[in-house]
Amino acid sequence: MELLMSILIGLMFAAAVYLILSKSLLRIIIGTAILSHGVNLLVLTMGGLKRGEAPILGLKVTTAYNDPIPQALILTAIVIGFGVTAFFLVLAYRAYQELDSESVSKTRGHEADDE
Amino acid sequence: MTNNLVLMPILIPFFGAILLMILPKRIYLQRTVALIFSILLFLASLFLVFYVHKNGIMTLNIGNWDAPFGITMVGDMLALLLVTTSSIVLNCVVIYSFYTIGKPREKFLYYAVILFMMVGVNGSFLTGDIFNLFVFFEVMLMSSYVLLVIGGTKIQLKATIKYLLINVVGSAFFVVAIALLYSMIGTLNMADISQKIAALDGSGNYGMISVVAVMFLFVFGLKAGLFPLYFWLPGSYFAPPIPILALFGGLLTKVGVYAIMRTYSLFFYQLSDFVLPLLGILAIITIILGVIGAMSYYDLKTIVIYNILIAIGVILFSVSLMSREAMTGAVFYLIHDMIIKAALFLIVGVVMAITGYSSVKKFSGLMTVKPSLGWAFFIAILGLSGIPPLSGFFGKLLIVEGSFSAGMIVGGVIVLLSSLFVLMSLIKVFTRGFWGGKQGNFNLKIPYRKMMLPVVILLSISILYGVCSELMLPYISQAVDSLIDPSIYINAVFKE
Repeated sequence: MELLMSILIGLMFAAAVYLILSKSLLRIIIGTAILSHGVNLLVLTMGGLKRGEAPILGLKVTTAYNDPIPQALILTAIVIGFGVTAFFLVLAYRAYQELDSESVSKTRGHEADDE
Repeated sequence: MTNNLVLMPILIPFFGAILLMILPKRIYLQRTVALIFSILLFLASLFLVFYVHKNGIMTLNIGNWDAPFGITMVGDMLALLLVTTSSIVLNCVVIYSFYTIGKPREKFLYYAVILFMMVGVNGSFLTGDIFNLFVFFEVMLMSSYVLLVIGGTKIQLKATIKYLLINVVGSAFFVVAIALLYSMIGTLNMADISQKIAALDGSGNYGMISVVAVMFLFVFGLKAGLFPLYFWLPGSYFAPPIPILALFGGLLTKVGVYAIMRTYSLFFYQLSDFVLPLLGILAIITIILGVIGAMSYYDLKTIVIYNILIAIGVILFSVSLMSREAMTGAVFYLIHDMIIKAALFLIVGVVMAITGYSSVKKFSGLMTVKPSLGWAFFIAILGLSGIPPLSGFFGKLLIVEGSFSAGMIVGGVIVLLSSLFVLMSLIKVFTRGFWGGKQGNFNLKIPYRKMMLPVVILLSISILYGVCSELMLPYISQAVDSLIDPSIYINAVFKE
């Protein structure tokens, strides 16, 4: 199961890298979203995918509980990722209004006022 | 009970920020509250430094859960010295902001966001839990995104898009690194991780530890601006207004440096065959590229930005040596650099307010108008490049001695040469911009004295830090103790 998950996560990372390297800002944001999905799945997988009950104390335990720590970490990471993505989307919208383009080539250039 | 006090550097700016969010349009109220809370923060962290100097490392298990199971806050000397230094920078930046940042920005929760950034910075310094470090990094980064874009000019929008994207990717890899570490070690508490890695010692998993070490280097190097991950820094730091830039230049990259120091001295100190030399080589290349950047511009702001890279390289090079001498030098230099970089950026701000430009090709003869500004800048340059009575000297001396005694002759020579180039890059703009005939339009209607007040405070602290380095030495060597010997840190966390 871990192997299957690893392959899937690898594919998600590949897709994310491909999208982040593209020119359109929206594709880049979709890329970061896929990247964070991949990362969250990785945390879950790295915690181990053994068969056990959901970590709720009230359940009748037959074998064992699943590791609750990765789930808490993922929950934190999801919320943080959500906040950052919302900010990024609004920023992209502002940039679209201000720079009249959603291509990243328009974000080129600052320069020192040397010349 | 007194151990709860270690949370003060996090809680004071946190409550300050919440208070500031209540009445955003009352500018004078905002200013007073922000100043009161930053002074409180400074006093609290000063108290903690003296307390820890007397009583040893303070640890606090949040919620009374024992050490590896809950979140532990660790106030050791290194963290508290950095917290104090950053609160000094914060105070000066807040005072400077009164006169320069402009009312529109102040009405949009500028001071609240600054205090939230301090929550993130101080939290990153004080935490003893690797995932908690990630969370505090995000607090800091989120506020830095807002500070970078606040005001919404075109150049800021452009810079923020890039900076945001870089840091989103960096944070994703931070979580990946934590996940890999967790799968091998099964714990998140930093002291516990250190123990368990030491217990592995050469068993089958050990290669993966190197991989995780390099991933941490990637993540923190991205934050700190280490070669080859510094590419975002010159562009992003060029965009925001000067007080924000001073805060970024003084604090943000230094948190990355601190994270590298902490993780490498605590987790990966045994990986001297591959990972530590890698860090050293990357740091040396960072110095060289920073020097090239600093030499090739005539723009004051850009030159100081490239000087950040040089300092990062120097500090990380001496961290990679892992000897007592070099570490002392690194801590000395880190504190000096936080203060002097903030001072330099604030001076650049005054120059830009007077001349309207930051490039010295556009003006000259500033000395005839404002001699005090010229001499302040001159002292800052000498301090930065490490002329003996001033603050940069002692740190660099120890770094060079450390590298020679470790047999890294090339590294030591490059650090020495870099000082020369730092001096040259800034003296070049000093002679062109401040000497010579009067040229360019000088706007003298700025509140010059008020703007110079924080500069003078920072410069005098920096000079005192250099002159009284003998007095600082016991504090710094206490900070280095826990860096050189991880067992001190571990015993403090797992006491009783």
